[in-house]
Amino acid sequence: MTALMAQIWGVFRKDVLLDLRSGGRLTAVAFFAGMTLLLFSFAAPPDGLSLGLNAAGYLWLALLLASVLALGESFRIEVEDEALEGLRLLPVDPMALYYGKALATTALLVGLCVFVLPGALVLYGVAIKGSWLKMVATLILGCAGLAAPGTLYSAMTSRARGQDVLLPLLLFPLVIPVLVSSVKATSLLLHGDINPGGSASSSHLALLLCFDVVYWSVCGLLFGKVIDE
Amino acid sequence: MSGSFEKEHIVGGLGALMLLSGCVLGLFVVPPMVNFGDLGRPLFIHVPTAWSSLLVFTVAFVLALGAIRKRSRGWDAALASSVEVGVFLTALLLFQGMFWARPTQNFWWTWDPRLTLSAVMFVSFAGVLSLRSFAEGLHRRIMWTAVSTIIAYINVPLVYFIVKITDRGIHQEHSSPQTVSDVYHLALRLNAFAMLFLAYWFIARRARLHLASQDGADAGPPVAPDGPELIAGVEG
Repeated sequence: MTALMAQIWGVFRKDVLLDLRSGGRLTAVAFFAGMTLLLFSFAAPPDGLSLGLNAAGYLWLALLLASVLALGESFRIEVEDEALEGLRLLPVDPMALYYGKALATTALLVGLCVFVLPGALVLYGVAIKGSWLKMVATLILGCAGLAAPGTLYSAMTSRARGQDVLLPLLLFPLVIPVLVSSVKATSLLLHGDINPGGSASSSHLALLLCFDVVYWSVCGLLFGKVIDE
Repeated sequence: MSGSFEKEHIVGGLGALMLLSGCVLGLFVVPPMVNFGDLGRPLFIHVPTAWSSLLVFTVAFVLALGAIRKRSRGWDAALASSVEVGVFLTALLLFQGMFWARPTQNFWWTWDPRLTLSAVMFVSFAGVLSLRSFAEGLHRRIMWTAVSTIIAYINVPLVYFIVKITDRGIHQEHSSPQTVSDVYHLALRLNAFAMLFLAYWFIARRARLHLASQDGADAGPPVAPDGPELIAGVEG
């Protein structure tokens, strides 16, 4: 168990260091997310009201689109020069590889939220009326929900022809439940949850947690099957 | 393929006859429904299509687990065929629902939870087929199809139980013989079994085609003479 944790930490550290040291990549993903936020503001009437109402949806769509870029990149570096084979030969447990990479992608997406959330608040003229703690929990759980199936699928699509089309095609339908729960919880936290004790946002958070548990466990179990060749 | 008569044709023929009888009963014999009148008659095919699509995806899920374990061409062919037939049935289901909703509800589409999840189920499994078409090599194709089928299946229980969890929208609670008038039972049951028999027939035919096309590529073993279980027994 300790060996597995050490391997997960090793893979996570490697990916985070690569992200930090190749700063251009992180900046590009952040700019892409910012650009998407800006583009969404042209999709609604320029009255501010519609933008504010849909702010949570735009925020999560920007994160979803940025996550596709981040996920594609995460495995491209492993496929190049057969780095994945090298990792497997070390040997790194496939489960450790999966959880390390999925955690690194989650960390990258949460890091992206640090730029994207204030951007959305400023551009769409909204403020967080609900609990900050719940907002942080929503962002972490939502990003984890995007990263878990995304890491599994990008392991497959990065080694297939037409990978740019395949990853969104497979990932988008699968993350709709995560996206719906995240958007509902975020929207309630932005506009204020009028239910006693903020119960509506809590129930969406609980639903998000359920999806995360399912995806993180099932995908972790299956990952070894897609890279074991 | 060889021109010999395969046993699944009997199941397919029986399914076609049952479907014909069920549709004649549902369209012309049973009395109109209280709520929708004659416009409720498409439900005699819509509901069995929904049942069979969920069941076929469940079969695909079981075959995916088997394909991961056995890693054989037979399991892979049966799995791919089940996903194809499930996707076809779900597309049929969505179109039937749209053509029923237009005259009865005055819209083609609505964001009803079960309808939305059914559309998600359709694109999830269509994605499995796309991924499969891009996978190179037998082992990779088997594993990727099986793994993506298992992941896509996570949505299927949600489609079934969503009417219990949240707002039912235009759909109703799960039906049972107690909640449906006796006069409609026969038409519904005939069509339900007809759709299952036809689904089995299509799966068996498609599986043979998959195996035959692979045989053409690597001159593997001949196809098994019987349904998916036996086809699944052919080692790759």
